[in-house]
Amino acid sequence: MAIDEVLDQRTQVNDFSIKLANVNGTGSASANSLLMQAIFRMGIPVSGKNLFPSNIQGLPTWYEIRVNKSGYTARALDYDLVVAMNSQTYAQDIADVRHGGYVIYDSSWPLDPDLSRDDITFLGIPLAKMCLENFKAPRERILMKNIAYAGAVVALVGIDVDLVADLLAETFARNEALRDSNQRALRLGYDYAVENLTCPLPFYVEPMEANGTSILINGNLAAALGCLYAGATVAGWYPITPATAVMDNFIQLCARYRRETVVSEDPNVPDTTRNNYLIIQAEDEIASIGMVLGAGWSGARAFTSTSGPGISLMNELLGLAYYTEIPAVIIDVQRTGPSTGMPTRTQQADIMMCAYASHGDTKHIVLFPANPYECFEFAVQAFDLAERFQTPVFMLSDLDIGMNDWVVPELHWNDDYVWDRGPVLNDEDLARMSEFFRYNSANDDFVAARTLPGSDEKGAYFIRGSGHDQFGRYTENPPEYQEVVDRLKKKHAASAEQVPAPVIERRDDAAIGVITIGSCDLAVREALDQLADAGLPADFLRVRGFPFVAQVRAFVEEHEHCFVVEQNRDAQLRSLIAIETGVAIEKMYPVLAYGGFPLSAQQVVDSVLAKLEN
Amino acid sequence: MPSITKPLIPLSPLPKNELGLTIRDYEGQMSTLCAGCGHDSVTAAIVHAFWELSTPPHMIAKLSGIGCSSKTPTYFVRGAHGFNSAHGRMVPIATGAIAANRELTYIGISGDGDSLSIGLGHLMHGIRRNVKMVYIIENNGVYGLTKGQMSASADIGSRPKKGTANVLAPIDPVSTALGLGATFIARSFSGDKEQLVPILKAAIAHNGFALIDVISPCVTFNDHEGSTKSYKFMRDHEVKEVETDFVPIRAEIRAKIPADDATEVTMHDGSVVRFRSVPAGYDPHDRMKVEEYIRDRESRGEIVTGLLYVDESAKELHEMNATPTHALAKVAYTALCPGAAELASMQNDFR
Repeated sequence: MAIDEVLDQRTQVNDFSIKLANVNGTGSASANSLLMQAIFRMGIPVSGKNLFPSNIQGLPTWYEIRVNKSGYTARALDYDLVVAMNSQTYAQDIADVRHGGYVIYDSSWPLDPDLSRDDITFLGIPLAKMCLENFKAPRERILMKNIAYAGAVVALVGIDVDLVADLLAETFARNEALRDSNQRALRLGYDYAVENLTCPLPFYVEPMEANGTSILINGNLAAALGCLYAGATVAGWYPITPATAVMDNFIQLCARYRRETVVSEDPNVPDTTRNNYLIIQAEDEIASIGMVLGAGWSGARAFTSTSGPGISLMNELLGLAYYTEIPAVIIDVQRTGPSTGMPTRTQQADIMMCAYASHGDTKHIVLFPANPYECFEFAVQAFDLAERFQTPVFMLSDLDIGMNDWVVPELHWNDDYVWDRGPVLNDEDLARMSEFFRYNSANDDFVAARTLPGSDEKGAYFIRGSGHDQFGRYTENPPEYQEVVDRLKKKHAASAEQVPAPVIERRDDAAIGVITIGSCDLAVREALDQLADAGLPADFLRVRGFPFVAQVRAFVEEHEHCFVVEQNRDAQLRSLIAIETGVAIEKMYPVLAYGGFPLSAQQVVDSVLAKLEN
Repeated sequence: MPSITKPLIPLSPLPKNELGLTIRDYEGQMSTLCAGCGHDSVTAAIVHAFWELSTPPHMIAKLSGIGCSSKTPTYFVRGAHGFNSAHGRMVPIATGAIAANRELTYIGISGDGDSLSIGLGHLMHGIRRNVKMVYIIENNGVYGLTKGQMSASADIGSRPKKGTANVLAPIDPVSTALGLGATFIARSFSGDKEQLVPILKAAIAHNGFALIDVISPCVTFNDHEGSTKSYKFMRDHEVKEVETDFVPIRAEIRAKIPADDATEVTMHDGSVVRFRSVPAGYDPHDRMKVEEYIRDRESRGEIVTGLLYVDESAKELHEMNATPTHALAKVAYTALCPGAAELASMQNDFR
């Protein structure tokens, strides 16, 4: 035990992080999220980040759990415990353990002495051997190894083992065989740790009441729920990581909530099902957005979900939607670009592309949720904005938000909600008019009333992506053309007050301002607390919608030093703010993280301090 | 696209259809295509077909892509709702519109560039989904608006006005559609309104994707010696063995049809397509035989026209998806939103 005396052995209750290194395709994901879910149920703030490869089987994958009683659940970079289950990455995983930390490894085989570190503790558990002895089927032996190490972690960090057993019982409620083997595997690992290792480790969990009515949800499910509650009936989509689950979830939700049984009047004819939705898996993303435009033209709430490569393909028709003023909702779950990039890694690099998608002068409404809670709320708002302003609206989520489970406040719905269809003329409205012209607007928000296909002949018009005048007629005449595109610019500007307002939080004596966006939120807030503790209080602004309101410019101007934290190489948010608000770009210093993993507070603190020290 | 408003000179007495509308009510603006363009004849046939069927103009949606053909929706049924979309992208847009509102009659006008090059993938998937719409390819083998490049339907040896003969094999929409399992396939010639109008009417009645390949010569760029999409070539090589009539659902008209042993196909809405004459052994329901017949004629340098294949038993997009019989766009919000209580209860699973 001599080694323990020289190690950093401070006790950490509800404040530690675990990295679990696995081989993908071996069933580790369910074991890892089981641990995260158990900690959530113990009422402790927690996050789980799945750092996975673009592959189905055989490549390294990691899962990081951060437990933090103060609610700092952005990605941590110092791991108290590493569960090293992948021999391919042993060296790096062992190197990642903090000084004084612990490694769990499978002691069925000896560990390469070259990997040894004398400032950390190695906890060997003969996982493969235990599973070989206790399970028969080869696949089961592999799968149960995961539950077995999870059982050991449960014992080592003090997670309530009965709670974990309950979770397994819920998960495998309908499969008795799997339920039994999972319970046995859990006990194998748990009992081994209790009998052979010192439990708990110096860092462990204790129940809290921090989670209240909060839920555990990923952004893709939350976004799909938003689309369901917004009343979307038509969707066109093409499979793409990390957005696929948006539509997978929407399909499941529709099957559950949008199916009506039509009772047959004839006793010999069975009842039929009627689906109040139509979701089409398209041939490509071009077709996906085309279907959304067709449906939007026809008055249905329609959307597509995709990632950066899909937006690239949609560009042409996004310009058509903008110019012909058709509502459309596009959910972009951003991944690492350019090109195919790293499909299973996160980034915020589609900001510029979405803000100005398509050739010619185009500008779009873009919403930036920071977490699954906002994915739900903003998805609903996206449909209202799209119809109110008759234009495409983007919601920019990202892989971290979309595919990881987050602890967020319970979602709420107001049954008094009325969907905003924007100005649409029906046949009675048309009857009162002497003539209908599609694109002349006298409204404050520069939106011109539209008609839907099927309305009276008087409201019939011809949508055209070619040059048109305010009456909807073809034109090649400069002033007539300009009149329409100038109104579109004003319409876009008028939407600034309607998009979600920026979140602004001020601190006393703050000399610096930090602007951020989307999923950087938690890491930046944590960083700002650390900076304040170090005597550097900073004001905070999180942009939530484009076009920007006046407060964004004012925030930059009122701070001597302004930082813009975002996850892309080219400081796209910073550029967009400079271009659109006219504020000098030099006023904003970029803080960029774009390697593909979620942001951590340390990266922000280091960048801010480095800049201020220069 | 440029267009000129057509003067509405009352030429009485014009006959009226069931809605009390004259053929003038189904016209659009003046065509700005070249004089003699085959497309204008197709436009005239469309006007005729809708007028004869008494389709309410406001219940028609007319869509197109980009190209000379795609300009034509401006020239017919001014009371219809129109959508001139992007090059090759009409099918997805029509699919979305049809998904949202199945109550309208949808007609899409495209060309060989729009359909067989840039939009071929979409066309194939429109066929595969059996989207209920009429889809016309005004096929002239040439890109007119960009001044005469050969298109994917140009035959080997076909010569543009300037330049060398085409060496690439053509994509034939009819055999492509047969291979894909299309449920309504016709070919016609813009110069033959008598044949085209009944085919159009049958296509409108069809319960699914109705493809009509109309050879429609380009008088400016592809109507010369050496072109296989010219008026002369078509007049010399067209074979009209498969002749059809379209009999609308109305009983009084049906009664006038003499009973004989002609092949009849009852359409989804009860109207009837009647094959007036077909070659021996030809069966418009038998995909293999149709294909064999067309290939045989092709090998002799002949172009078969007529309503070539019909399958009225297949489900169209909405039937496959069990959607309501009315427009999805008209479903009340209350039927779409599960409500606050359900949201609260489903979240018990998220803890």
